[in-house]
Amino acid sequence: MSVMSRILAIDRRMIFLFIGLGTAVPLLWPVNLPITVTPRVEAAYQTIEALPEGSTVLIAMDFEPDTMAELLPMSIAVLRHCFRKNLKVIAITLYPAGPGLVEPALRIAATAEHKERNKDYTFLGYKSGFQTVMIGFGESIRQQYPVDFYQTPLDSIPIMKGVDSYAHIDLVINLTASSAADYWIQFAASRFHKALILGTTAVMATDYYPYLSSRQVLGLVGGMKGAAEYEKRMDLFGDARRGMDAQSLVHVIIALLVVLGNAALFVTTRKAP
Amino acid sequence: MSLVETWIAAFLTLCVFSFLYRDNPFYRFAEHLFVGAAAGYLLAVQYQNVILPNVWMPLTSGTRTPLSITLAVIPAILGLLMLARLWDRMAGPARWAIAFYVGVYSGIAVPGYLQAQIFAQLSDAVKPFEPGWGAINSALILLGLLTVLAYFFFSAPHRGVHGLGARVGIWFLMIAFGASFGYTVMARVSLLISRVQFLLRDWLHLIPTT
Repeated sequence: MSVMSRILAIDRRMIFLFIGLGTAVPLLWPVNLPITVTPRVEAAYQTIEALPEGSTVLIAMDFEPDTMAELLPMSIAVLRHCFRKNLKVIAITLYPAGPGLVEPALRIAATAEHKERNKDYTFLGYKSGFQTVMIGFGESIRQQYPVDFYQTPLDSIPIMKGVDSYAHIDLVINLTASSAADYWIQFAASRFHKALILGTTAVMATDYYPYLSSRQVLGLVGGMKGAAEYEKRMDLFGDARRGMDAQSLVHVIIALLVVLGNAALFVTTRKAP
Repeated sequence: MSLVETWIAAFLTLCVFSFLYRDNPFYRFAEHLFVGAAAGYLLAVQYQNVILPNVWMPLTSGTRTPLSITLAVIPAILGLLMLARLWDRMAGPARWAIAFYVGVYSGIAVPGYLQAQIFAQLSDAVKPFEPGWGAINSALILLGLLTVLAYFFFSAPHRGVHGLGARVGIWFLMIAFGASFGYTVMARVSLLISRVQFLLRDWLHLIPTT
């Protein structure tokens, strides 16, 4: 059996092993490869940076544990940026398993930036129905969420004073792993003309590039790479930056295997006749 | 996470990873546990967040007015009618609820979609070219739009100028698929990195905590 035939017959479990080692080794012995901040992430950063102190930001963290690898570090970085800028943060989630992730993300970011619940941020919790909530925010936030996640009436929450619809919100940020982003574009950005920033999983990122060009979305943070860029811009060293060495090495391994596999197939099929 | 929770999470992660070697009872145990737990959790959350505040509470507590009762009862009946499809005799009335849902959803979705996804994108596609090097981007976007539309125009054979445009359109599509696939690989690798990070940091304490 030739070398090329052996390459084609390699046990798939060997590939899993390479990928596993390619992931674990850089996490154990990081080299901290350089990360370049792309214009899309820079635009997201600058949009938040440009908000005056005390502005109100609505952050919808519409994701669940299956995509927390990408969106949780992103959420923490974006939340910390908002807190550093002394913005008032209203957090919600439109996913049933979201509260279990949003709550700790808020707590981690708030603790790191010395912020207090109800004074600097509030978490309204989960609400079912994408469109009804998004349209409802145009009418009255209190109708959608009479109480917050901790059952505190919204009127008793200091940062909610005078905030009851999109009219009182300066920026909407949607960190999502689903089509919720489409609806935020349709309703918050297009119908209610609110400035919108998106943070998406890498799988979805390319779908939303056209909205950057049309300025319906002012910034786009895509996947773990985007989160790592945001962390770098914030001068943080979180889970996303920590994972980028592994990301790069695994990509090299995959690219090599693709090239090797195709070359082996090309050579063996040419010899066959 | 407490020590016990960390060990349970690590055990279940390893159970799922064991599928990479081959299918086995540990993997199936984790899979079935996940499906059951997810279904139970979803049911409990929807009950707490939808049925209780929107149906049960308005009917049993607080200030009850004919309007508030009607607004709770009618959606509840429509919701129950959705389940009525399970019985053949009730299949007709079940369609009323679906018709209502389709009507309302279309009313909400169609204008929003047209406004945000069609008109705004068309307006962006035909705007004047950006100055300087940005003009190249604008030209590429316009060329991509026209050639991909040419590819998807099937009412005329792909010959001559139309055929040439369609072939260029295929190239644009392939580049878009390639970029999308690259991002997909990155997303999947991110999921693996997160799990390995959890195992090495939270479970085995081999890497420092963030």
